[in-house]
Amino acid sequence: MKFIYKTWWKVLAVVIIFYTLIAGFLLGVPRLEILHETIRNTYFHVPMWIAMFTVFTVSVIYSIKYLQTGKEEHDLIAVEAANTGIFFFVLGLITGMLWAKYTWGEFWSNDPKQNSAAIAFLLYCAYLVLRNSIDEEQKRAKISAIYNIFAFPIMIVLIMVLPRMTDSLHPGNGGNPAFGKLDMDNRMRMVLYPAFIAWSLMAVWIATIRYRIRLIEHKKNAIN
Amino acid sequence: MKLAGQTIELLKKEIILEWRSKYAFNGILLYIVSTVFVCYISFNLNPGFKQSAGYPIVWNILFWIIMLFASVNAIAKSFLQESKARLLYYYTIAHPQAIILSKTIYNTLLMSLLSVLALVVYLLFFPNKVDDILYYFMVVLLGSMSFSTVFTMISAIASKAGNNGTLMAILSFPVVIPVILILVKVSKAAMDGIDRSLSLNNIGTLLAINVIVIASSLILFPFLWRD
Repeated sequence: MKFIYKTWWKVLAVVIIFYTLIAGFLLGVPRLEILHETIRNTYFHVPMWIAMFTVFTVSVIYSIKYLQTGKEEHDLIAVEAANTGIFFFVLGLITGMLWAKYTWGEFWSNDPKQNSAAIAFLLYCAYLVLRNSIDEEQKRAKISAIYNIFAFPIMIVLIMVLPRMTDSLHPGNGGNPAFGKLDMDNRMRMVLYPAFIAWSLMAVWIATIRYRIRLIEHKKNAIN
Repeated sequence: MKLAGQTIELLKKEIILEWRSKYAFNGILLYIVSTVFVCYISFNLNPGFKQSAGYPIVWNILFWIIMLFASVNAIAKSFLQESKARLLYYYTIAHPQAIILSKTIYNTLLMSLLSVLALVVYLLFFPNKVDDILYYFMVVLLGSMSFSTVFTMISAIASKAGNNGTLMAILSFPVVIPVILILVKVSKAAMDGIDRSLSLNNIGTLLAINVIVIASSLILFPFLWRD
């Protein structure tokens, strides 16, 4: 737990994000038909999803830990990580939709990847609604932890597996090559992979701040 | 072996209880028949509906929507009908995994029976040419199994969270949408008489989702169970 109070990785996250912002807009990218400059969206769209996966994974890990130990702090981490994950989920959807407008022609074109993402979004909204429906704190923590663990593999199936099996316009799905195979060159990788790390750290940072606020509130409300 | 024995005993108990009252079975059957009848009347308000080009598509999707809501209603009861005292009794004599397994198997059996009956009733009101009827039946059975596995676990969660129907729907629909998408796709293929080997991929995904759901319910139910 000491890790979240350290400063170095937060500085690192900010530095790398600034690097990806500058390099992402200035460095050269492959010239491709249809995509043109929109290929730079890869630097922003994909890291949002990676960041989301990171915090959702953190959330599931702490849900499992909660079931094992019953510490309320673990439940607080799980819920704040899930909240942050939902925020990055929305960012991922928006960046994807903007890109889709310029390449596919519509913000929402009934693409399997978009639909799956929307369903997975409902899954996590249901998690929040479930939390609100239970008043008793320990019961709420336990049941929502169980639903969180239940939802996580389904989310993976929805976003990572199902769209790959059908015809999708999204790169990397439905027989379309992923950017990584054909379109991307090493210049892009120099920006993209650091961006994954930086945005993941950023998401974790946001989650930890929210968690620390929650922890203070929790301690204030506790009976001593 | 103890787990298997307990599961079978609990399954027997479920079936005997249902056989005595026949409440769930008759209730859901009536629910399905009246829904089909409402659909029949409403669609036939529009003359020429049966001859229209979209009829086979509507036929297939309507059937699955009816099955979806019927199974939500059927399976939501599975943990609701248990009184607190009886759950406490189970707690002393049985393994939690035996309970969730027996419920899942019982719901699968119930839903398989109901969905085959539903298909017969549905075909009566909405006649349609299904090329590969055997395969369609198989998909229907597979669908009822998938609904049962998902809804049983969700109903266990919803029953702990105050037993309301809204919660059951919002918790289960995101999980069940991929299932229903695959089912609609495969059953349409069966309707059109497309070669069976072409849908094996989708059936494999469906079975994989079932395995994930059953595995996670077996792991998670012991935590959920105790209050």
